Amino acid sequence: MTDLLPSVEALAARIPDGAKVAVPPDYAPAANALWRAAIRRGVRDLHLVGVPVFGYQGDLLIGAGCVATAETSAVTLGEHGLAPRFTAAVKAGTIRVLDATCPAVHAGLQAAERGAPFSVMRGLIGSDILARRADWRVIDNPFGDNDPVVAIPALAPDFAVFHARKADRNGNVWVGVRRECMLMAHAARDTLVTVEEIVDGDLIADETTAAGTIPALYVTAMAEAKRGAWPQAVPGHYGADDTHLAHYAELARTEEGFQRYLTEVMQEPGLGREAAE
Amino acid sequence: MTGIRSEEVLIGAIAGMLSGLRHVAVGASSPVPGAAALLARAKGGSLPRVSVLGSRDNNFFTDGGKELFDCAGQGRIDAFFLSGAQIDGSANINLVSIGDPDRPKARFPGSFGSGYLYYVVPRVILFRFEHTVRTLVDKVDFVSAPGVSEPNVYRPGGPYKLITDRCLFAFDKARARFTLESVHPGHTVEEIAENTGFGYDVPATVPETPVPDAETLALIRGPVAEQIAEIYPAFAERVFGIAKAA
Repeated sequence: MTDLLPSVEALAARIPDGAKVAVPPDYAPAANALWRAAIRRGVRDLHLVGVPVFGYQGDLLIGAGCVATAETSAVTLGEHGLAPRFTAAVKAGTIRVLDATCPAVHAGLQAAERGAPFSVMRGLIGSDILARRADWRVIDNPFGDNDPVVAIPALAPDFAVFHARKADRNGNVWVGVRRECMLMAHAARDTLVTVEEIVDGDLIADETTAAGTIPALYVTAMAEAKRGAWPQAVPGHYGADDTHLAHYAELARTEEGFQRYLTEVMQEPGLGREAAE
Repeated sequence: MTGIRSEEVLIGAIAGMLSGLRHVAVGASSPVPGAAALLARAKGGSLPRVSVLGSRDNNFFTDGGKELFDCAGQGRIDAFFLSGAQIDGSANINLVSIGDPDRPKARFPGSFGSGYLYYVVPRVILFRFEHTVRTLVDKVDFVSAPGVSEPNVYRPGGPYKLITDRCLFAFDKARARFTLESVHPGHTVEEIAENTGFGYDVPATVPETPVPDAETLALIRGPVAEQIAEIYPAFAERVFGIAKAA
């Protein structure tokens, strides 16, 4: 049974220090309300896996001192520029980075979702990405003739954490075309989801929503969080708060500015409810 | 013709490389290539198909983030765009760091899909709109993806052209070397030599990069500007002076 929790605080409490957590990119909804709650709780030493990249949510967690390892193909604020706290942490040597390339992250998760030891992929050979990943191997294609390919081991996160448009009371979560969230949920041991709304009815029983729905089987716990992706977008529902993201990019350029931002964002009007619930 | 912006010259030049293709994909942080792909489609009628990462209006993928890569791996994507904090004379690209990657002097976002797409997409167009000896170097500090591969490595794809804010280079895979193909209006062959950190070939005569004609400009400033504003509102506002549609 999927646990329907009363608040994002209760959901955030499920993530222990040191957990390996898969998160979606900025254009799939990120569970930012949950992450603010996790920061308030003071979660530490996360191994954050970008599927296949992350942006604001990862930079925020890195700046707040919650991340030990960033395994990702990129960290960027898009039009708002470089991710300033990620950049500063890498230069200072305070986080470990496992650089990847997007389809290698997908390949690792796909091996995990089918219970296989590894996936095989093209590309990567001759790159420093591969040279610096001791956990990846070049093997000979057993069906080919002198054809090297790259083996990517199964990537099974402790948690998949993301935000979604809606779920039903059984814990079935509708993600539509954001199927990286489906992949993450299949591969992870536990999946924690915040949703804009919990709806009546059965999303699996309805043919028009079933294909884009993650069955409750994979969903460990969820909580309702209105505007839970803010300041990022829920495509088709609300847009990104670009004014706020520009403000973040400006303040986060310095450690002092970032700390000021963190105080500000925790006191944002409308977010009080998220903490009080 | 006056009043043509440098971005419009670049958009027009890149669009010219895409005509006749079936499917062009555009990745992260690529407003000029995105506009060029949309222009190529506007001129071509319905082809090439264009999928732009992060777009709702111009993205037909329904199988999540992996589909672009799976599609490319099958040979269903003809052209893609990559940049680099550094690009060297063998077309190696660096999207990661300067200096020791563990304690870098500078750190950039990361390699994105380059460690795969550079190998499998036949026509990869490199772009770097800061053409200096700092960005176009003899040897990159970190290879996100190599320009060429050993003969036994599966490599149907790779670099096709390199376009900068000063000029256009063509890449010869057999020789792993760039040739100066054209110089953008207002720039010179000598200036390019001074500002390029790698060796390249220069033919006896180097033409000027053509500027878009009136009909093309109308497309760029009309439907293309409107479409690119969906994904790159700040770019559209800066270059075309239009705000994102509500």
